[in-house]
Amino acid sequence: MTENGRFGKVFWAALSRYTVMYLLLGVLCLLFLAPFAWMLSVSGHDLAGVFAEPYRWIPDRYRWENFGLVTSLLPFWRYAANTLFITVLVLIGTLLSCSLVAYGFSRIQFRGRDTLFALCLSTMMLPGQVTMIPLYMLFVSLGWIDTYLPLIVPAFFGSPFYIFLLRQFFMTIPREYDEAAVLDGAGRLRIYWSIILPLARPALAVVALFTFVGTWNDFFGPLIYLNSPETATLTLGLSMLKSQVVGTGATQWHLLMAGAVLIMLPNVVIFFLAQKHFVKGIAVGGLRG
Amino acid sequence: MNPVARRRNLLPGYLFISPWLIGFLIFTAGPMLASIGISFTSWSMLSAPTWIGLGNYERIFTEDPLFLRSLGNTAYYVIFSVPLTTVLALGLALLLNQRLPGIGVFRTIFFLPSITNLVAMSILWIWIFNPEVGLLNRALAAAGIDGPLWLQSETWSKPALILMSLWGVGGSMIIFLAALQGVPPDLYEAAELDGAGRLRRFFHITLPMISPAMFFSLVMSLIGGFQVFTQAFVMTGTAQPGTEGGPNNATLFMVLYLYKKAFQDFQMGYASALAWILFFFILVFTLAQKRAGQRWVYYEAGDRP
Repeated sequence: MTENGRFGKVFWAALSRYTVMYLLLGVLCLLFLAPFAWMLSVSGHDLAGVFAEPYRWIPDRYRWENFGLVTSLLPFWRYAANTLFITVLVLIGTLLSCSLVAYGFSRIQFRGRDTLFALCLSTMMLPGQVTMIPLYMLFVSLGWIDTYLPLIVPAFFGSPFYIFLLRQFFMTIPREYDEAAVLDGAGRLRIYWSIILPLARPALAVVALFTFVGTWNDFFGPLIYLNSPETATLTLGLSMLKSQVVGTGATQWHLLMAGAVLIMLPNVVIFFLAQKHFVKGIAVGGLRG
Repeated sequence: MNPVARRRNLLPGYLFISPWLIGFLIFTAGPMLASIGISFTSWSMLSAPTWIGLGNYERIFTEDPLFLRSLGNTAYYVIFSVPLTTVLALGLALLLNQRLPGIGVFRTIFFLPSITNLVAMSILWIWIFNPEVGLLNRALAAAGIDGPLWLQSETWSKPALILMSLWGVGGSMIIFLAALQGVPPDLYEAAELDGAGRLRRFFHITLPMISPAMFFSLVMSLIGGFQVFTQAFVMTGTAQPGTEGGPNNATLFMVLYLYKKAFQDFQMGYASALAWILFFFILVFTLAQKRAGQRWVYYEAGDRP
C-alpha cells in the first residue's frame, strides 16, 4: 500500500476495489455454478416440467423420487458395489506399491537409481493409447476380459506420478529418524513401515484422494475391459443408460440428470472434506513438474 | 557414499523399486515393443496377424480421409482449448490471489467442476447444449440471440466441446495460484519503490516468476487436448453405436478414431499405427514447447529440474 493518500482517498479506493472484485468474482461464480444448479433443477422435475415453456428453475414440487427411479433403471447399487470394490483394491495397491518404490528411490543409494527414476518419470509422458492394444491382447489371452483384474492388478505395480509425489515428500523427512532406528536394530522394511509411512500421512492422503477420484471417474478402462452389463461400473453404467435412452423419443432427462447427480456426489463430498489435500497435491505436482 | 555400501544397497534397492520395475516391463515396455510390431501387421484378432510392413502408415496418410479429418479436428480442439484454458486459469488465479474475505469459497467453486465425473458431466452438458430447451440457448434467447444447434451442428460441435472444457479449468488454476503465492513479496515492494506500475510489475515480475508453472500447465493441457475422448464419445453421434464423432465426423478426434478402429472394427494393426502417430505428434509438440520454453521460462538459480 502507498502511504501518500489521505485516509478518505485510501478508503474509497479500497471500497471501490472490493466492489469491483466481488462483482467480478460473483459473476464468474454464477457462470461456474449454473450448470450444477441446472442439473439439480432438472433432476427435480417430471418429464413435462423438463420441456415446459417457460422453464421453471424451481419445480412446483421437487421430485425426490427421481433419484429412486434412476437407481432402479440402472442396477445402481450393483454398479456402486462394483465400483467401490475396484476402487478399494486400487487404493490398497497404489498406496502400497507407490510408497515402497518411493522409499527405494528416496532412501536407498544404489547403482542405476537415478537413471531408473528418470525413466520412471519419463513414462508419464507416454500416452496410454500406445500400450492399450497390446495390453488388451495380454488381458484377453489371460482370460481377464470382463473381470476386474485388468483394472486392479496394474495398480499394484506403482504409478509414476504418485511415486514422484511420495518420493518428494519422503526426501523432506529427516534422515536422523532412520539412523536412530538403525541403531535400535530396525531393518529397512521396519523403517519404511513404522517411521516413514506414519510421517508421510499427509502425502499418502493426497495420493489416496487422487486415486479415489481417478478410479471412481475412470471411463476408458471399464469401457474396454468390461463387456457384460452386470460387471459395469457406475460411470460405464451411466454411459450405457445414456446410449439406451437418448434419441429414442422422449428421453427421460430428469432421470439421467438424477443419475448424474448421484454419481458426482461422492467426489463432491470427499472434495469438501479434504479440499486442502487436493489443492496441495496439485500445487506440488505443478510446481515441481 | 562409498562403493562398498553402494554395492550392499543394490539388492534392497532393487527389491524396493521392484513393483514399479516389474510393472514397467510388463505393462509399459513390453506392450510398447509389441505395439510397434503390431502396427506393421494387418490383424483382426480372428485370424493370425499378417506382416504388411509400413502398409498401415502408408494407408493412413494417403488414403484415409477420416484420419485427416480426425487430425484436423484434434488440431482445432488443441489450438483453441489450450490457450483459452491457460488464459482463463491465469485470470482466475490472479483474481483468487487477493487478500479478500471469503476468497476460499470462490476457489472451491471454480475448482469443483474439475473433480466431477466426466461421463456425468458430459450428460449434463448434452442437456445444456440442447438447441430448444437447453440452458445455453435459453440464456442466449433471453439476450435476444438465436442460439446454434451446438452438438448437432457440424460447425458448432467443436466449439461446444471447447466451451465445456473451460468449465474444467480448475486444475490449471490451482497450479497458477500456487505459483503466484510463491512469488516473494519483496520483489513487488522493490519494484514499487523503483516506480514500476501495475502492468510493469505483472509483466516483469509475476509472469517470469510463474513461467515454470505456466510451462507445466501448457504441456499438460496440450497432452490432454491431444487425448480428448470421453466427451466426444458420450456427447456426440446418434443413439446408434458407431456414430460417435458427431455430425459428419466433426468431433471425430484422434483417440476416438483410434478407439473405433480398435474396438469397433477390430483393426488392431491399423489402430496401433494410429497410436504411434498420435504419440509422435504429442512428442513433437512437447519437445517443441520445451525448446521454446528455454527462451521464455525463467528458472531461479538451481531451480531447474
